[in-house]
Amino acid sequence: MMRRFDPLDALFDFQRALEASLESDWLRGGTTGTGAFPPINVFQQGDNLVAVLEMPGVHKSDLEIQAKGNTIRISGKKAISYPEDVSLHRRERRWGSFDRSLTVPMQIKSDAVKAEYRDGILALFIPRAESDKSRSITIN
Amino acid sequence: MSPQELQVQEKREVEKKEESTIPARAFVPATDIYETEDALTIVMEMPGVQKEDLDVSVESGILNVDGRLNFKKYEGMQPVYTEYNVGHYRRSFSLTNRIDQLKIRADVSDGVLTLVLPKAEEAKPRKITVG
Repeated sequence: MMRRFDPLDALFDFQRALEASLESDWLRGGTTGTGAFPPINVFQQGDNLVAVLEMPGVHKSDLEIQAKGNTIRISGKKAISYPEDVSLHRRERRWGSFDRSLTVPMQIKSDAVKAEYRDGILALFIPRAESDKSRSITIN
Repeated sequence: MSPQELQVQEKREVEKKEESTIPARAFVPATDIYETEDALTIVMEMPGVQKEDLDVSVESGILNVDGRLNFKKYEGMQPVYTEYNVGHYRRSFSLTNRIDQLKIRADVSDGVLTLVLPKAEEAKPRKITVG
């Protein structure tokens, strides 16, 4: 169906798609600390995976990422400081340390995982291992 | 600060008096506000919002902050497992202090917007000497 691209509709559709996979058991429990910081979304992009984590206020230097096998560990801390002699009217932001791991249900090239951190968002680009990719089989 | 385990903050949806014609959801950014003698500082968490997608205005004593999410980056990506939703950020505050609008400073770093709103001259506290 041909449809004019409407960014507002597109956002709503995307929000619904995210909502729909909230109950997804695709990870099969392959993450520690669900409900812990930072929250993780996982996307499929072609053969590969992209994990997107929201962590506003975390400095790049306070972030550590390790990959081993098909597990990626994300740890670090988020600090908040207020100047002295202020009167605090509202305090909603949270701070502390975090440590989560993500085990994906497929073979990955753990030495080729790339991480990008920008605007409080960490994106992990996780390439699928060649051995895990499906091949088409010729019928004789 | 002693170390503490950081928990996820559940995103709060914007509640509007009027119904929007657009069905997309918007969220309320977690905010800290503190005041010094000279200024009011507002710190808002808006992960994924870039500087050019921010609108800050003060109109008849109401501060409006709008942060639009550029979700084009998600093009061609199929969600398989999600723990949070994304959307634009929106929040308003009525200001009790008179603000020098021309001197408002805004800075974004690591997905956190810091607004410094300097108080107008007449709003600053004056020391009164008891004679």
